[in-house]
Amino acid sequence: MSIKVRYFANLKETVGRSEDELQIETPLSVRTIWQHLHPEVMLPETLLAAVNMEYVNLDATVSDGDELAFFPPVTGG
Amino acid sequence: MTVMLLETAFNPWQALDAYQQQSAALKGKYGAISVFVGVMRDFNQGDPIASMYLEHYPGMTEKQLQQIAEQAGQQWPLLDQLIIHRIGEVLPDDTLVLTAAWAAHRGDAFDACRFIMETLKSSAPFWKKETLVSGQTRWVEKNSNGYLSQP
Repeated sequence: MSIKVRYFANLKETVGRSEDELQIETPLSVRTIWQHLHPEVMLPETLLAAVNMEYVNLDATVSDGDELAFFPPVTGG
Repeated sequence: MTVMLLETAFNPWQALDAYQQQSAALKGKYGAISVFVGVMRDFNQGDPIASMYLEHYPGMTEKQLQQIAEQAGQQWPLLDQLIIHRIGEVLPDDTLVLTAAWAAHRGDAFDACRFIMETLKSSAPFWKKETLVSGQTRWVEKNSNGYLSQP
């Protein structure tokens, strides 16, 4: 099972890349995926996440084929 | 209901006029248009700003803006909604965003336009990276509440 993980804005600079491809065996929570991919980076307090382009909380489940995105607070307009 | 992301500078008044001209459904039906235009300043947090880069999440941004316009249409009796937002490199005095709501009556138009803009500010996935006149770059960390004097 594979999921695509994307990063935006300063988070992309913090982790040093714009995306990851992650192989998982069972569905995992958003929080677990962050901790798995970035054990050295503490979960930012203001972290936002989206699965398949819809906002989710950090306990939401991510499954095979999903696109997960991490980003900081939005600053448009 | 239309949502547009533009990579080049645009004149909000011309865009609004052109949009309205081609919308036959609006003719004679609306009694109010409420319009908000957001423009880039040449200063922020006490520093002079040379330019700004507007990053976004392609796909999710359009989806969110569409949802915001739809929500406005569910909450107020609107005849039409328009959202135009810049992406990419922007310069001081460039228009960053235009939101407009057409309604038969002003209260609905005013309230819906405000709702669209405030919801866009808090949920549409855009991020601003400023380049200061000094050459330093920095990400804007959060949006303000929209007033000069913040509580």
